[in-house]
Formats: sequence, C-alpha cells, structure tokens
Amino acid sequence: MSVDQTAFRAALLDPEAPVPAGLVDAAGAPAGKRFDVYRNNVAVSLTEALEVAFPVVRKLVGDDFFKAMAGVFLRRHPPTSPILALYGADFPRFLRGFKPAASLGYLPDVARLEQALRESFHAADAAPADAARLQALAPDALMRARLTLAPSLRVIRSPWPIHGIWTFNTTEGALQPPGEAQDVLITRTDYDPHPHLLPPGGADFVEALLKGDSFGAALGRAGAVARDFDLTATLGLLIGGEAITDIHTDEAPDDPLSATA
Amino acid sequence: MSYHTKTLAVAGAVAAAVSLGTTAATAGSHMEKCYGVALAGENDCKAGPGTTCAGSSTVDYQGNAFKAVPAGTCETMELPPMSDGTPRMGSLEPLERDLPG
Repeated sequence: MSVDQTAFRAALLDPEAPVPAGLVDAAGAPAGKRFDVYRNNVAVSLTEALEVAFPVVRKLVGDDFFKAMAGVFLRRHPPTSPILALYGADFPRFLRGFKPAASLGYLPDVARLEQALRESFHAADAAPADAARLQALAPDALMRARLTLAPSLRVIRSPWPIHGIWTFNTTEGALQPPGEAQDVLITRTDYDPHPHLLPPGGADFVEALLKGDSFGAALGRAGAVARDFDLTATLGLLIGGEAITDIHTDEAPDDPLSATA
Repeated sequence: MSYHTKTLAVAGAVAAAVSLGTTAATAGSHMEKCYGVALAGENDCKAGPGTTCAGSSTVDYQGNAFKAVPAGTCETMELPPMSDGTPRMGSLEPLERDLPG
C-alpha cells in the first residue's frame, strides 16, 4: 500500500490535515506519530532557515512575531529547490502584502537588502580588474568605456533609510537611522558581502553600467537624477569593493585590422 | 561647464576614486576561501535545517491564531521627525523620492 505524494505534501504543510492514510512503520504498524514529527520538523527547519537569513527583520519585529510570520510564509511559499541557502527569495514580496506588519513600511525593503546579501555571498567569484587602467584612459576613451561588474554586486533602492536601519540593528553603538531615502550597493571583498550607502544618483550610475551603458552614458544618467552626483564616492565604492572585473575600451580605432575584427 | 572642463573634472574624480578605492581594497588582508565554514547558520555549515531535532515534539510553530504585534526594535528605534513630523519608525510614511523634473 502506498501513499499518494500529492496528499503527503498537502498534509505536510497543513498541521490540521489528517495524517495521510497508508503510512506504516517497519513492523507494518500505523506511523501517524512519525508523520507528525516529520511535519513539525519541516516547519521548524524552514522557520530556522528564515531566522538565519533575515536577522534584521527578525530583530525589528521580535522573535515571536517572526516565528508566527515565518509559519504563514513557509506554508504559502514552500521551497522550490532542495537548496536552502537562498530559501526566502519570495519573503520580501510576501512582507509587502502581510497585513499584521503593514505599519512597518520599511520591512520589505530591509528584507530585500538581507536577501541581496545572501545572493551576493553565494554569487560566482570574479577577479577585480586593475582600476588604474581607468585613470590611464584618454577622456574620450574613458567616456566610451564599458565596465563589467562582479556577479556578487547588488543594488537596492529604497524610499526608506534601509542602510541606516540595517546598520543600527547590526552594529553596536550605531547611530539612529536618518530620515531619508537610501540606496545601497553591496560589494563582496574577501568573500564577505558588505552593504554601502550610495550617494544620490549612485544607483542610477551603477545600474546603467550593469545594463551595459558606457561610462559616459552612466554618468549622464546619474547627473540627470542628482546634479551634484558624487562620482568619486560611487566609483571609489566600486573599486574598493573589487566590483569592477573588466574594462572594455575601443582604443586604437585607427587600426583597420581591429576595426574589422 | 565646457566639455573640456567637464572631462577634466571627471578625470580628477576618477583619479581620486582610484586612490580611494585602492586604499580600501588593500586595507584588509586577503583571505582564502575556506569551504564548509560559510556564514554561520547557512545550510552548508551545519548538517542543515531539516536534520535538527528541534521539532521532535508534535506542537509546531503554526500561526493560525496569529494576532501578534511586531515587538522588536521597531518600537524602540527612534528617528528624527520626518517631513510629516512623525517621529517613530513604526509609523513612518515612505519618503517622496527626488526625481528629476
């Protein structure tokens, strides 16, 4: 006698559901209690995975609230992959529609930041390019240059002070978050992702580069958003974060061989 | 600003960024990747969620009757008053972004 997998799975995520019929132990006796333990372990382990993944969200709402919230989430969004390292990708979106936490408008964006830190941690390795090459380029060549950025790089935009909130809840003695919109750049050095506060226009600059825009075009986008766009600070974060992995130039345009290649 | 002045300013910013970024990049010692000791609690550094006996009782965390109110640092984390004068994180309204006109 076997148990239908669909029924097994449905009962797994619904503690009120009866134990699927036909489950037996090695001696052929009914194994309902074992199923209850297994069902409980699924909920508890997924809750723990979320607790580890979203420590700041957890801190913001408190342990009890987080556990209850995770219980609702995991039943609505069970894992789609056996790898739990990134389980919770739907959590930020879930939070946006989660009424009991609606008063904390910044919560989904803090969750997006935490999920992006995990993605960055697990992203592929890439060696940084020699940033001094940027300095050596002639002005026109620099403006036409295209940069390849590291797979571990992430940009998170928010109308909330998410960098301040994250720092306040992870760093002893950090200042209260300022009342401002904040965009965050995540870079990974020495295999540890770090969130950095981007200056106004910084997110536009980096996102344009990610899209494949030239350096000059990215600069134009940033300047259109923030008149006093701080290129030094933004580029400094990319270089310091070892996030520029290649610099493509079209130098030597006079060479007919390279022009036709 | 003339094109020439602008490119000069950009070149200056790039030079400053290179020196800023290079200082930051060399500040920390470079580590080697050590497999199997990833972020504390990630499922690659312990046997993994699912193998724990945390749930060996049959009463799980199910939140059917869930009426809890968030009670973490959201209640203690104060901010300077926002544009509408609301002082606390828990009841802030999103900010209006400064968009190009």
